[in-house]
Amino acid sequence: MSDLVLSKFVLHIADSQLILAQRLAEWCGHAPELEIDIALANIGLDLLGQARNFLTLAGELEGQGRDEDQLAYFRGEREYLNLLLVEQPNGDFAQTIVRQWLMDQYHHVLISGLTQSKHAGLAALANKALKEIKYHVRFSTTWMERLSLSTDEAKQRTQQGLDELWRFTAELFELSDEEQQLVTAGIIADPVRDFAVWEQHVKSELQRFELNLPATAAFRRGAKQGMHTENLGFILAEMQYLQRTYPNMVW
Amino acid sequence: MEDKNNWSLYEVFVRSKQGLSHRHVGSLRAPDDEIALQNARDVYTRRNEGISIWVIKSELITSSQPDEKPEFFDPSLDKVYRHPTFYTIPDGIEHM
Repeated sequence: MSDLVLSKFVLHIADSQLILAQRLAEWCGHAPELEIDIALANIGLDLLGQARNFLTLAGELEGQGRDEDQLAYFRGEREYLNLLLVEQPNGDFAQTIVRQWLMDQYHHVLISGLTQSKHAGLAALANKALKEIKYHVRFSTTWMERLSLSTDEAKQRTQQGLDELWRFTAELFELSDEEQQLVTAGIIADPVRDFAVWEQHVKSELQRFELNLPATAAFRRGAKQGMHTENLGFILAEMQYLQRTYPNMVW
Repeated sequence: MEDKNNWSLYEVFVRSKQGLSHRHVGSLRAPDDEIALQNARDVYTRRNEGISIWVIKSELITSSQPDEKPEFFDPSLDKVYRHPTFYTIPDGIEHM
């Protein structure tokens, strides 16, 4: 069982957490209500904390001496392994909530599975993250209900958000051939089973929200290959500007 | 969601880890009770302040009026027997 394969898998999780945190931070001071502003910042900070832990673990497994800062600030977009879903623009509040809800459901299934990992360090991080994720699920589920079951406009915007983002959901639980070894070794959970759990839950919830599954199935992929949509480059340019201008600068 | 366009004012009470009772910590706006509870958790309990939260719509609270102060609060001032000041509290008694 190669540490390098696990390192890349952990990096993939960390990158998704980091980029989603970055997206949520963009809402700061711009959310529809004061309390939502605070809540989105809270969730963003939770994810940033998770990203720091998972990046550090990925660096340790890799064995090249890269710490969380080097991994966050000195990799280009082709080296970033985050899910395409998290780099999608915030759009309006409804689209942000749809993106958050799809990710929260994914995180809940994925991280729950990782709490059973035979890798002690990974299991410990998963246990720590799961508490936060359960709250994220509660927050985004509440807002999915409120938006999709309230006014016509809110419902329409939520449906639009879902239509926009659904094509990024196919790659959530997909593993590369080498990552299948991690399943065999008991390091990560079976992605086929996980995807089935996620899909069944998401679809039944969407029925409850009276939202329609997008008819289109032109699913997009690329996370694990570092193949991104046009959005990630802009996120990284902004995020990494200071470190690349003044390398190793600290506050 | 009864009123879709007007967020109600809620009062928030938090019971801390060591606390015996809920203390009023502030107010916030929310469209309904569940979101009020979530907002209260996010706004008022991020640093391990609490283990229990109460939220209640401000409009449900009836408060005493300032101009009723004499009849509400003063009657006991001149009755020394109402104030337990005639004995000392032993060490080791908590929560007095």
